[in-house]
Amino acid sequence: MFCAYVNNIKVEVTEGSTILQAAAQAGFKIPTLCYLEDKTPQGACRVCMVEVEGARTLMAACCTPVTANMKILTNTRRVREARRNVVELLLSEHKGDCKTCTRNDDCELQELARALGIDNVRFQGETTAQKLDNTTPALTRDSGKCIKCRRCVTVCNEVQSIGSIFPQSRGFKTTIGPAFDTMLDDVVCVQCGQCAAVCPVAAITENSHIDGIWKALDNPEKFVVVQTAPAIRAALGECFNNEPGTLVTGKMVAALRQLGFDAVFDTNFTADLTIMEEGTELLMRLKKSLVEKQLAPLPMFTSCCPGWVRFAEHYYPDFLPNLSTCKSPQQMFGALAKTYYAAKIGKKMEDITVVSIMPCTAKKYELQRPEMNSSGLRDVDYVLTTRELGRMIRQSGIEFNALPDDKTDSPMGRSSGAADIFANTGGVMEAALRTVYEIVTGRELPVKKLHLDPIAGLNGIKHASLKIEGTVGEWNFLEGIEVKVAVVHSLGNARKVIEAVKNGQVFHFIEVMACPGGCISGGGQPRFTNDKIRQKRINAIYKEDEGKQLRKSHENPEIQQIYKEFLVKPLGKKSHKLLHTHYTARNM
Amino acid sequence: MHRTQCRECREHLSEKEMLSRLDDILAGYKNVDGATIPVLQTAQNMFGYLSKPVMKEISRKLNKPYSEIAGIVSFYSFFSTVPRGKHLVRVCLGTACYVRGGKRILEAIKKELGIDVGQTTEDRLFSLDIGRCFGACGMAPVIMVNDTVHQRCKAVKVAEILDHYRNKKSGPEKEQV
Ligand code: SF4
Ligand code: SF4
Ligand code: SF4
Ligand code: FES
Repeated sequence: MFCAYVNNIKVEVTEGSTILQAAAQAGFKIPTLCYLEDKTPQGACRVCMVEVEGARTLMAACCTPVTANMKILTNTRRVREARRNVVELLLSEHKGDCKTCTRNDDCELQELARALGIDNVRFQGETTAQKLDNTTPALTRDSGKCIKCRRCVTVCNEVQSIGSIFPQSRGFKTTIGPAFDTMLDDVVCVQCGQCAAVCPVAAITENSHIDGIWKALDNPEKFVVVQTAPAIRAALGECFNNEPGTLVTGKMVAALRQLGFDAVFDTNFTADLTIMEEGTELLMRLKKSLVEKQLAPLPMFTSCCPGWVRFAEHYYPDFLPNLSTCKSPQQMFGALAKTYYAAKIGKKMEDITVVSIMPCTAKKYELQRPEMNSSGLRDVDYVLTTRELGRMIRQSGIEFNALPDDKTDSPMGRSSGAADIFANTGGVMEAALRTVYEIVTGRELPVKKLHLDPIAGLNGIKHASLKIEGTVGEWNFLEGIEVKVAVVHSLGNARKVIEAVKNGQVFHFIEVMACPGGCISGGGQPRFTNDKIRQKRINAIYKEDEGKQLRKSHENPEIQQIYKEFLVKPLGKKSHKLLHTHYTARNM
Repeated sequence: MHRTQCRECREHLSEKEMLSRLDDILAGYKNVDGATIPVLQTAQNMFGYLSKPVMKEISRKLNKPYSEIAGIVSFYSFFSTVPRGKHLVRVCLGTACYVRGGKRILEAIKKELGIDVGQTTEDRLFSLDIGRCFGACGMAPVIMVNDTVHQRCKAVKVAEILDHYRNKKSGPEKEQV
């Protein structure tokens, strides 16, 4: 601990603190652009410059550590001029049209210009060369809008451990992108969209499906059904100025109905179904290994996250047999909507359009994987991110906050609390254990409020073990076994846990979500997300779970109904055709 | 099949042979911090340029994303991702040549060819490198085109010398100037 002075205010700071942190402590906000909380500072943009007594040049606050008795000035004329120059230069190079830009409601560059009081741009020079890249199913990159802050580089490399994007060339020719300024499709990219989530401008955004959906909605021949992922209800409100963590489940359903969808269902329903299939699959693998003494691919990994699936296909092809063969809830829903549901309402599957609302960009990639057509057609037709849905609702002039609460339709709309928590890290595991434990012992999972605390929260890698006691009937072989599970989020942590498994650490079941915190901060969620906002959304999801009578997937009456009427039993013949899939090893 | 000449042993190599030689280089750099640039340099010295398969292999073996390798290669002008040109122009910047205007000659050649040191012209006719003494200090400043030394070179003569090679139909050969 030592003292420093920010604009003559004395603060006590811990060693290693940056000027930025000291200033915040003293109550001063220093503008930043390239800076990302908790990540290695890049010092790339120089927007955060401050004056330090005794130093000749201005210092970047985000990456300069405070020293004892340092005297920092954050608001001198020199500082204001320098910051203004930096931002004006960015504005003069930026090839974007604010009036029609998709980021014009949350652009950080505009906000910065406003904060610095920039009312005209004095420089006039060459603008950044514009090259559009829409070679991947999920993302569009627009180099003309890129302000070279390198946040995407940090996230893709440090958090996701992929490194699709790096600075290329040098000087004015520098671009931030894939190898040799080629296209994203030319390098490994898992489509998670975490780059798009941190980009301050519209240089990386999701490929929009809005137009296609309007067309389907306007077409009287089409019966358009919509499903909403578990994570939407805890974030959509933010598009309409609600506090992060505001639950808007009922308003979301009402808005979708007003937009003209013919039936409003819930991906939560197929999340419950996933638990039935995946839970049974886990038990079968355990049985094969423990009773039949055969080789069974353990640990089993979850497979709901297409970002993670693609990651495993590129980097760990040897582990593909360990992935559960279950499709993600989105894809299960699509396959059932065009078969089970189509038959129920007496429609041909070609007349049904399936739309998903997802927190995720990778879901746009997942829907077009060649094998995702088990209904006979594309199982899912369009994916909207939460942000896109927000835009569509605004386009329609719907007063979102004034909407009454509405309820989802039957028979694919009801869900248990176990399905809600698919939205956040630890949720799929907890949901699975709620059901598996009860199948095996006939008793409820013996933890407070049905929550398995060691695997909740934002720690990157979480472990838990559960002793199975009091087994019934055919599950006696599990008596006394200590089931070991791990939960990881972000792909950098996935890499770590797989390396641990390779080095002999034993787990039975591992949950992976590609995005930090899980889908609640997916690449398609309202910007900007940090750990505080992640935690608020997670709290909202747990609240939704705890507020339900139904807390376990196997108790969902609509799930019982679909097995009775259509699927027969988990891992049965129909399930195999419609709900399970396979994976493809890919090069690096 | 495209074959590249190894610049150290002058053998012509297929892509597979290139990669296996590369593995030998990489073996020496296992778990070495900051190995990327030296490995790229060694590979370029060996093959004359960095091909995509070579860079991909380096990326895999050093556990560095391909885009990061590409970022480094495109940052430094001494790395080249295209095969060497038909004629290799080398400008001596050894002490004698340097004092007698080697730097000016280099600038003139760069301007004439429109490339930087380490690069190759788009028509693949010329590559440009610098040298450190060709043993002709008495006749400084000198440049070397393929195996031919051009002595007492002047910046104004650069275009003429290069034109001579431009108009030649055949490949590099020894000749008298
Ligand atoms: S989508 Fe994910 S993997 Fe692809 S560039 Fe962005 S952060 Fe990297
Ligand atoms: S694409 Fe976006 S995040 Fe990446 S460097 Fe450009 S502006 Fe920054
Ligand atoms: S964690 Fe969720 S939002 Fe992120 S890529 Fe996976 S499925 Fe999509
Ligand atoms: S925020 Fe400090 S240099 Fe960009």
